Amino acid sequence: MGYGTLPMLLASDGEVDFSIHHLIPYQFMGTTVYITTSHVCMLLIMLTIIIFALIARKKIMHADEVPTGLQNVVEFAVETLQGFVGSTMGSHAGKYINYIGTLFLFVLLSNISGLFGLRPPTADYGTTFSLAIITFCMIQYNNFKCNKFGAITGLFQPLPFLFPINLIGEFATPISMSLRLFGNVMSGTVMMALFYGLLPIFVKIGIPAALHTYFDLFSGAIQAYVFSMLTMVFVSDKIGE
Amino acid sequence: MNQITNEGLILACSTIGAGLAMIAGIGPGIGQGIAAGQGAAAVGRNPGARGDIVSTMLLGQAVAETTGLYGLVVALLLMYGNPMLSRFLKL
Repeated sequence: MGYGTLPMLLASDGEVDFSIHHLIPYQFMGTTVYITTSHVCMLLIMLTIIIFALIARKKIMHADEVPTGLQNVVEFAVETLQGFVGSTMGSHAGKYINYIGTLFLFVLLSNISGLFGLRPPTADYGTTFSLAIITFCMIQYNNFKCNKFGAITGLFQPLPFLFPINLIGEFATPISMSLRLFGNVMSGTVMMALFYGLLPIFVKIGIPAALHTYFDLFSGAIQAYVFSMLTMVFVSDKIGE
Repeated sequence: MNQITNEGLILACSTIGAGLAMIAGIGPGIGQGIAAGQGAAAVGRNPGARGDIVSTMLLGQAVAETTGLYGLVVALLLMYGNPMLSRFLKL
């Protein structure tokens, strides 16, 4: 949203602003594309994760018998992740724990980046749709790998003429997943922009803390949990036993 | 009625349509309420399984929310992407 030359109905007064801004134009295969705020925020989040990972790695290399400080935090995070993935995927957890952990951390940090004054990258449909496409590829890869020809014949179950509906159902998965994440984060971003942009100054003291807690922290954490949970449920559903 | 321009009419109707699209919020509200109520009843019956019940309830609520978010996306598109106006300007 916000692309093109259309008038921004609410944002035209320069006060309420939650659109994606174009920062640096460059030429790509004959068309002008832009480095947007989403890219910059995503880069900052990736840097944060990478730096944290490097520090944690250094700490774990020289780990103590009795954990203290950061080592405690890292061990707690890894144990929580193992319990989270293991309880859903069972014996297949080992193969997917790295991806699920990365996905969860990235989506969580993206969602709560609104708290730090950034525009969340997950409020850009491009980001969420890419994540959902990765999930879709994982689902279909496991479907064909584990069910072999059953992946095709399964579409004709339980009745042959239900084939179109089953096919649409397969392709609706990434769309509904991406729209769920996008809609949640976007609604939070719009609400915060409206609150900061339209109301008088004395309402903006103290009250935004409660809104940030709900829209950024609570909703963001729930959506990160739901996105990675649904990925695991769909993938392990196709793997079967 | 003669002072209304075509663009103005399109903008006004799009905004009304965005408002109407948000009626979709009723359904998820009822659904999430039912899920929360059943979750509370389940915790009352079996307080030991509280963690599992809460996580299952939150997952179900987040999935039930999807239809409402479709309405929200339609409303946002009507207000800020406005496909009707761009189609009219292209004609």
